[in-house]
Amino acid sequence: MPQKNIRDAINETLKLEMRRDPRVVVIGEDVVGGLGGSSGVEEAAGGTFGVTAGLAAEFGRRRVIDTPITESAIIGMAGGAALTGLRPVAELMFIDFIGVCFDQILNQIAKFRYMFGGKARVPVVIRTMTGAGLGTGPQHSQSLYNMLANVPGIKVVLPSNAYDAKGLLTTAIRDDDPVIFCENKAMYLDACEVPDESYSIPFGQAAITREGSDVTVVALSRMVTLANQVADKLAGEGIRVEVVDPRTISPLDTATILGSVRKTGRLVAVDECNPVCSFASELVSLAACEAYGALRSAPVKVTAPHTPVPAAPDLEQYYVPSLAKIEEAIRSTVGASGSTVRKVG
Amino acid sequence: MNYDPIMLLDAYRRMRAIREFEERMRREVQAGTVPGFVHLYCGEEAIAVGACMHLQDTDYIGSTHRGHGHCIAKGCDIEGLLLEIYCKQGGLCNGKGGSMHMADLNKGMLGANAIVGGAPPIAIGAALTAQVLGNRGVALAFIGDGASNQGTVFESMNMAAVHKLPMIFMYENNGYAEFSGASWHLGGGDITRRAAGFGMPAVKVDGTDFFAVYDAMAEAVRRARDGEGPSSIEAVAMRWYGHFEGDMQTYRKKGEVDELRKTSDPLIKFEERATRDFGLDVEELREIDEELREIIDEAVDVAKAAPKPSAPDLYTDVYGSY
Repeated sequence: MPQKNIRDAINETLKLEMRRDPRVVVIGEDVVGGLGGSSGVEEAAGGTFGVTAGLAAEFGRRRVIDTPITESAIIGMAGGAALTGLRPVAELMFIDFIGVCFDQILNQIAKFRYMFGGKARVPVVIRTMTGAGLGTGPQHSQSLYNMLANVPGIKVVLPSNAYDAKGLLTTAIRDDDPVIFCENKAMYLDACEVPDESYSIPFGQAAITREGSDVTVVALSRMVTLANQVADKLAGEGIRVEVVDPRTISPLDTATILGSVRKTGRLVAVDECNPVCSFASELVSLAACEAYGALRSAPVKVTAPHTPVPAAPDLEQYYVPSLAKIEEAIRSTVGASGSTVRKVG
Repeated sequence: MNYDPIMLLDAYRRMRAIREFEERMRREVQAGTVPGFVHLYCGEEAIAVGACMHLQDTDYIGSTHRGHGHCIAKGCDIEGLLLEIYCKQGGLCNGKGGSMHMADLNKGMLGANAIVGGAPPIAIGAALTAQVLGNRGVALAFIGDGASNQGTVFESMNMAAVHKLPMIFMYENNGYAEFSGASWHLGGGDITRRAAGFGMPAVKVDGTDFFAVYDAMAEAVRRARDGEGPSSIEAVAMRWYGHFEGDMQTYRKKGEVDELRKTSDPLIKFEERATRDFGLDVEELREIDEELREIIDEAVDVAKAAPKPSAPDLYTDVYGSY
């Protein structure tokens, strides 16, 4: 099976869906790229990181709709187009820019179906980049998906690898509800086996990326990669870590998460959000409320601190949850040495 | 311009329906029967109707918090609207929208919108759909003078201009943004000049004159359907009532509204010209008045008596699937 990175998997999915359904359009800043420039070269960019490269050449500019820098109009236009018969895939370049268009997500798109009495379909996908690690500083590095998971009416997707990115984006585009599709910008070149043909992964179905019986680590987006690495390391010491990747946080596969927590009795929630009202907090709440009797130790959150994302790489490395912090958290739940697993009750 | 007498009768019927509807709502709010905030459209009837007489069900409008008139002008069912305002089962949105969020997509009504400046980005999306599908459809956003200051409106005008969208920006300058006068809150003082700055035709008309709005719309719609891009129309018509029902309007001088009723009632102005120049029969208009009064009386009775939503309805229609 061919190896593909996340950038190419997303690009391929967009092409497959645009070929499949003429109502699918792509809307965003520089999704063509280079319009009006002095070189006269259209499609000079194909998106900031080249994710939409080649779309305009194949589908034309009527369906690959390059826009000015105008996020409220992009998101609102995508919502209005979805209400009236298109299936837009809008790009909010960085999730940080949600600040200038949040009304169109919060008060408009998310609420159309409900406030119109179920008579509206809103098949819009908002692709957006999240995550720190590239030194892009306070306004281009945040992980704000927790805020969106709080909003009824939208679905929130966080792929952690190229295979899932393709299958989840296919589902997102074919879904009749608004979907926020979060792409971690530090992972675009991460590759794995991805089939050429189209396939879909249902929302609300977590993946267990490492099986284990001692402690459950629920991790999101790039944190899944880190959690897997820690799990592999600790396996050598006999600590059996189960890593659960929810893949979508709204809807959330609570059954798989709780099943794992009930099995292991321990939870470490790894999340790049700031800690207060983070998604890690929601996971800990879930375990406390629904699996209290099964817990053998206090759940632990591994998150970013309650600070903005610093630009300085030397500081940023302390901001993002690290392999060491995840390992430390896991060890703390299973006993300081990690060599023996405490059994309670 | 030639005006088809059948079109004119239809226009009168819609304007009169709005007036009857809103005056009745005013009395009902005063009587305490209507839940939530209500914003009335009296004095501005010629704008909604002058615009919507050019639109089909397959054309779309985005509306405002002051949306009853837009809904009626676009052909939404009177009883469905009243059921919705009373938040009852069978309302246009099954009671989940209410006065400020009513929509009827089958009639091309994209929703009243309780976020000032919320609708224009959505309306340009409907214009985009028409452009992508190539179906000669048109979208229009009603935008108050207050909303004209919102960034979303500027962004929408720019996007429409860049992509030559089949879009009409219909500014309703009714003199006040909530409690603040347009003479104060409009930097530069002129919505039309702002719109023209985006490179689109922009005209200002008397919004109490149906014929003026209708004529301006004719050209804007022609341009949109022919792929020539967006247009702006600023229709000036002072609102008769407060920002919301219950607003004491201490910011208005005494007698302002009495004067408006005497000198610039859109219905009186329409009737004078339509009967004088285009042969409409006064008796026939009075029959329409009576008929609409009965329709609205009956619909209000139906709405008041209709069953409320039940508790399980709270949880439905959040998602298509979840």
